[in-house]
Amino acid sequence: MGATPEIAVIDDLIRQRLDEILPQRIEAQLQAREQSRTPSLAIIASKGTLDWAYPPFILGSTAAALGWDVSIFFTFYGLNLLKKDISDLKVSPLGNPGMPMKMPFGPDWFKSLNWNIPNALQAGIPGFESVATLLMKQTIKNTGVASIEELRALSREAEVKFIACQMTVDLFGFSHDDFIDDLDYAGAATFLPVAQKADVSLFI
Amino acid sequence: MNFDKELDARGLNCPLPILRAKKALTDMSGGQVLRILSTDPGSVKDFQAFAKQTGNELLASGENNKEFEFYLKRKQ
Repeated sequence: MGATPEIAVIDDLIRQRLDEILPQRIEAQLQAREQSRTPSLAIIASKGTLDWAYPPFILGSTAAALGWDVSIFFTFYGLNLLKKDISDLKVSPLGNPGMPMKMPFGPDWFKSLNWNIPNALQAGIPGFESVATLLMKQTIKNTGVASIEELRALSREAEVKFIACQMTVDLFGFSHDDFIDDLDYAGAATFLPVAQKADVSLFI
Repeated sequence: MNFDKELDARGLNCPLPILRAKKALTDMSGGQVLRILSTDPGSVKDFQAFAKQTGNELLASGENNKEFEFYLKRKQ
């Protein structure tokens, strides 16, 4: 038996009214929820050179300053960034054609020169990497860019969570004593649920 | 413009002006105004985004001879 004509009319009216009210209410509630929730960032830091140490710590510390919840997972060479002493991080121009080779001292015309040194030559000069690192560090200082030590300390201070990959610790023969204190040691199963809930997830 | 605290971030590069500003704001009370000096051209956009994201109002900003200044009002 179908609905009586009166009920059909009432149903229609209710449907119309709901269509009018519901979208507004849902929109308002979604907005309130969006505003009250804390955004989150999950980063995998997999590289251990001076240049690649910057992105995870810059993004991590800045996200924390914006009020985000931040976790950084350090794996493979990225684990180097958690060592107690990170003053020996190096940058290599060898096989890195994107890296400008400029001098951090001297008159402006000299500083603007790009030293295009062939790979074969770079590879043959002992200590080339150390000299390039020294010049890079001087440039970092000259341009007011923070040191990695400072960015790491600021990240910690801002309660960025550091998680070290235990598998890499075993693989590279490190010990927990090599690293800064108060780290969590964990694996892929710990990272994935964090990344699943994160608004932004980056592999660096 | 009146302000309660000043942060000299001149000579500092990204992301230090933002990180220092965040720290300075933490020590202030709601409604107080922080004046920030900066030489980083990227900080102009960055402070707009920082204000929008954190709810600390950017009351004013300006540039004078490659130096930038920002007035941030600590949110309540």
